[in-house]
Amino acid sequence: MFTHTFRVILVILTFQTVGFSQPEGMVNIKGSRYIPLYGRDSTVVEVKDFLMDAYPVTNQEFLDFLKKNPKWQKANILKLFADDNYLRQYTNDTVFNASPNSPATYVSWFAAKAYCECQGKRLPTIDEWEYVAMADEVTADARIKPSYNQKILSWYETPRTDKKEIGKTPKNYWGVYDMHGLVWEWALDFNSVLISGESRKDVDKDSNLFCGSAAIGATDLMNYAAFMRYAFRGSIKARFSIKNLGFRCAKDVETIP
Amino acid sequence: MRKPKQPNQSKMPMLLVALLLMFVISSCVEEKKTELADTSEIPVSLEMTAELTAPPNVPTPVGRRKAKKLIVEMEIIEKESEMTDGVRYVYWTFGGTVPGSFIRTRVGDEVEFHLQNHPDNKLPHNIDLHAVTGPGGGAESSFVAPGHEKVFSFKTLNPGLYVYHCATAPVGMHIANGMYGLILVEPEGGLPPVDKEYYIMQGDFYTKGKNGERGLQPFDMQKAVDEHADYVVFNGAVNALTGDNAITANVGETVRLFVGNGGPNLVSSFHVIGEIFDKVYVEGGDLVNENVQTTIIPAGGAAIVEFRVDVPGTFILVDHSIFRAFNKGALGMLNVQGEENEKIYSGEQYEGIYLPEGPGIQEMPTTNEIVESEIPAQNFEEQMEFGKQVYMQTCFACHQGEGQGVPNAFPPLAKSDYLNADVDRAISAVVNGLTGEITVNGEKYNSVMTRQMLSSEEVANVLTYVYNSWGNSGQVVTKQMVDKVKNK
Repeated sequence: MFTHTFRVILVILTFQTVGFSQPEGMVNIKGSRYIPLYGRDSTVVEVKDFLMDAYPVTNQEFLDFLKKNPKWQKANILKLFADDNYLRQYTNDTVFNASPNSPATYVSWFAAKAYCECQGKRLPTIDEWEYVAMADEVTADARIKPSYNQKILSWYETPRTDKKEIGKTPKNYWGVYDMHGLVWEWALDFNSVLISGESRKDVDKDSNLFCGSAAIGATDLMNYAAFMRYAFRGSIKARFSIKNLGFRCAKDVETIP
Repeated sequence: MRKPKQPNQSKMPMLLVALLLMFVISSCVEEKKTELADTSEIPVSLEMTAELTAPPNVPTPVGRRKAKKLIVEMEIIEKESEMTDGVRYVYWTFGGTVPGSFIRTRVGDEVEFHLQNHPDNKLPHNIDLHAVTGPGGGAESSFVAPGHEKVFSFKTLNPGLYVYHCATAPVGMHIANGMYGLILVEPEGGLPPVDKEYYIMQGDFYTKGKNGERGLQPFDMQKAVDEHADYVVFNGAVNALTGDNAITANVGETVRLFVGNGGPNLVSSFHVIGEIFDKVYVEGGDLVNENVQTTIIPAGGAAIVEFRVDVPGTFILVDHSIFRAFNKGALGMLNVQGEENEKIYSGEQYEGIYLPEGPGIQEMPTTNEIVESEIPAQNFEEQMEFGKQVYMQTCFACHQGEGQGVPNAFPPLAKSDYLNADVDRAISAVVNGLTGEITVNGEKYNSVMTRQMLSSEEVANVLTYVYNSWGNSGQVVTKQMVDKVKNK
């Protein structure tokens, strides 16, 4: 009886928190309009207000999820949902050989999506992810700063960053950590930007696709690091499980009823 | 050589001449036809795994083997390695080396290409082989994520030497980080045999720090766009083809070099100092030019050069856009051993001093002020380390690797009485230059040492290195001591 009452109170409290501020571990992102990297017509996209995890999901957090949802464990997962590299760092279904505070990697898109849904969340869209990722410590859009690009690129050139622990890179403008510096991250619509793999050919595509030629143009020099992210997304499939690829969750902002 | 004149035909009946001509023409056409027969129709028998080699080595020639199904397994590895002494760089490689592994095929082979992207890698990659006839040269079907493998097949239709490279966006960056190599398609029956074959590829590199700046240097996109290369090198690093890494041959042998240019930007004026190319397969194709001094190798292109080495010695391979060679690293060595042949080359016959404008100290012209090193040496070990780097860049050419000098020309620094007797005099020689007759270890030298454009810090380091090497006095030279001499 007591526990029951406690739960009810807890639920009420939680809703209260959602109504007035942000759930634990998530950060409010104020939406806006911006021009992402892809698209040749400088298409402005709009990002609505949303919530985003402050940190990537860790090995420990993912293990907790696996314990509660055995169908996503290494032995049980459907081949349709993950390739053979799925959870490679695990020595058996519930034991991993890695730091608990390092980002969870070797996770397929299906598993990442399921994880977020179990938390009442979802994966961020590319537009949302890129929007948060273009901030540095002090500005919301730092893409024109050489220092911003240089830092990201030096990460791309540093080996074994997936072994690092979360929360060690500086907090960005929004209060989000590790957008750059540890691992790539899944996006809900990661495969919506179509690239053929032959970047030079994509130049001629009429539609609003990833445009390789823009990499050469001066406007995009400011963010050529982002090209590598788009190229990476273009090379993967939803069942791929990759050493340098993790994820974090996002959530729509719930309005007070 | 021009063709000898046809025998006088005026006395022959016209008809016969016409018939003869027709026969000649038709037989010519016939011959051409067999040679140009559709290479896509060449049948393949059996299957073999291709031998891949790291530069400067090349796989075994194809010889007379028949066309086969050839399996190529190429692994992409992103890894940190040394660009030059004290400078590190993250290379993206085909097969773990820059340039990537050499692939040797013959015309008509059906290549089954396995492109494997190592799981530790951060980025997706692909491969465009210029030897491929098809969209993207294979790039389209080989775009592969880390931890994955892609397979595609192609038939080699045209003999020649071809570049392969990565073509993933940003393409220039993937190439600038070292993602290029060569694939050779030999003609039916193979290339004529030679004694030595080597694989050399030029590339330009763009680093955040300027040439020589120590530490791990990131790629600089802006410099790459501006085509301001910090390093232009053969086989991926400044010393990849010098010292112990030099390629070798013996007098009388014929050397064949497969030379490629990965770029991304610069065109190479490839030259071997002291040699003339007997043959150049221009741009890696069928056209053979003879007696060539310098051959141009376009970015994303290649050439095969051949020459017989007639005399012993060290032959320097350079990009004859010469500042690239001596200031940016585009320099390699071919060491030839064997008997001297004084008829071909006499060696030095006489040397004296020639001073038309009166004696004076020469000075290396410079447009920049001497900049103090950004990272001063913290202790003796660092002084030795940095000093050695300065020595190898500045002093090595004359005083040699072990400080032994060159008899009658450049005095030794090893166990040198002249050096050990007076440290201020030694400092002065470096900062002010030295000319005229001196006696070192009982030998007289009368030569000119130019004033060296080094910072006080660098002078202190290099002299400390010299004094603590090769049996010298163990003197430590500080920046203050150098400054004192400078201000005298």
